[in-house]
Amino acid sequence: MTNNVWVYIDQFKGTAAPTSWEAFGAAKALASQLGTGVTAVVFGQGIERLAQEALSYGADAVKLCDDATLAEFRVEPYAALLVKLVTEERPEVILSPTTPRARDLFATAAVDLDTGVIVDATALEPQDGLVRVTRPSYAGKLLSTVVCKERRPQMITLRARAFAAREPDASRNGEIFKVEPVMAEDAIGVKVVDYVVEANQVSLDSAKIIVSGGRGVGGPEGFEPVRQLAEALGGAVGASRAAVDAGWIPYAHQVGQTGKVVAPDLYIAAGISGAIQHLVGMRTAKVIVAINKDADASIFRNVHYGLVGDLFKLLPAVTAEVKKRRGS
Amino acid sequence: LPEVILNIVVCVKQTPDTAATLAVKDGHVTWGDSPMVTNPWDEYAVEEALRLREKHGGKVTVISMGPEKVREALKTSLALGCDEAILLSDPALKGSDTLATSYALSRAIGKMSNIDMVLLGRQAIDGDTGLTPAQLARHLRWTSLTYVAKIVELDPQARTIKVERMLNEGKQVCAARLPAVVSVVKGINEPRYPSFMGIRKAGKIPIPVWSAAELGLDTLRIGLAGSAVAWPELRPVPPRAVSVQMITGETPEEIAVKLVDKLMAEQVI
Repeated sequence: MTNNVWVYIDQFKGTAAPTSWEAFGAAKALASQLGTGVTAVVFGQGIERLAQEALSYGADAVKLCDDATLAEFRVEPYAALLVKLVTEERPEVILSPTTPRARDLFATAAVDLDTGVIVDATALEPQDGLVRVTRPSYAGKLLSTVVCKERRPQMITLRARAFAAREPDASRNGEIFKVEPVMAEDAIGVKVVDYVVEANQVSLDSAKIIVSGGRGVGGPEGFEPVRQLAEALGGAVGASRAAVDAGWIPYAHQVGQTGKVVAPDLYIAAGISGAIQHLVGMRTAKVIVAINKDADASIFRNVHYGLVGDLFKLLPAVTAEVKKRRGS
Repeated sequence: LPEVILNIVVCVKQTPDTAATLAVKDGHVTWGDSPMVTNPWDEYAVEEALRLREKHGGKVTVISMGPEKVREALKTSLALGCDEAILLSDPALKGSDTLATSYALSRAIGKMSNIDMVLLGRQAIDGDTGLTPAQLARHLRWTSLTYVAKIVELDPQARTIKVERMLNEGKQVCAARLPAVVSVVKGINEPRYPSFMGIRKAGKIPIPVWSAAELGLDTLRIGLAGSAVAWPELRPVPPRAVSVQMITGETPEEIAVKLVDKLMAEQVI
């Protein structure tokens, strides 16, 4: 039996992007509406464990391609393979996380398949086989409903933390289909010569807690108390554009309109004045805390808890208190 | 040996300013008196093209698709130092999604000869899809290098390129062949400002308009009708009612205790 809803699992060195598992919650709901099952699709090398994991998160079947040419993500061989599988089975919907890799894969495959891609979905509403997708645009200032009316498959990438993952159930099983790659190494134009992984990097997209610093931290060393609180909370370090432009912290940490748009459970903004370009990047956080020495800073109009004072005194005090409660 | 000339095309998009207050009227976005700007990410693409030309010699052509008013974004790019500009404009292109846009751009680039590289920003701050660079590369069947944070090496003679790509887990270093479509991220460079001389010079450069017919575009693949996706509803995000609770105390420690109590009660830590 062909399953009409697929989930593409985005993985890096054998670990799936967390949103891959979140996608199964959404996929199951769509599949039950369409009266079909869910097939997981995973490409890479040494990734057999992910097939089992996909079944536990809700897949009914898995298509697995484990090959040396797929060890590092490259869009050419990945897209060629996805296009072949989709052309053979014609699923109605394919979901994936919104990550740089999956975005490129879907964009590229969609050209060959002559279909549409909808990026950054925050809600899916099936209606007679058509998925009505809610997505933010203009850095979250607007929401739109987007549809891929006639062409198939409907390729949709999901925003991190917008959909709840199901509890994994290790007793679930299903068939694992092994598929062959379609491009030989000689035919692939891009060679990956190195991968520089940033140590202890917590992805801002999927972080539950983010502690960010802005102009008020005063310099690169000012990020130390920000980092320490993030570490104590098991969270990621963010930054405002002002701090990135000043060269105090790499761009990868920037939250806001020209950086990452994030939706953590807790966002702590230290020394950030609250420009609209920053606010749009974090305003959907569940709880927002601002620490600023200026009681009139505009950020205090957009947060749940405000602390007026010196961040170099307040951040270490909060860090110490968190550690104390956690008994470390 | 024949002289190698590096031919670069930069695609730019005109967008509302990042500080603009947006509203929705009759299903379309409006931004009042707020100015239109060049998509901030595209500014890095223009700058990178100019730097490559300064290093290797060659020509930078900037292209934008959209209505007549997009000419302003092209003029800005010319003032920064781009050599030529092309406006891809046709009523038939209105409502194009990324699939249709990248198709039209690919045909425009196909019309220019001997292009080595196309540069774009990683995404546009209005639609925020980030699909166009990869789709353009696929339409052209060229090398696709997205999220580039650094061009490590470029050898126009050997027709090779090596880049660092910024991904969530770190930096992927890739070697590939030209021609390539390269999308860039912030941090790749520090864009320059236009000079007075540049602005004067830009005013004298004619900007040709290319129509769908001139490019031989398939009318079933462009505009609203040729797009795979449609966005029938657009609405502003309702302002979130947030009332701030100020946490005060005699000492930082006292404030910290109160804050941690609140965060634990909210179950976010």
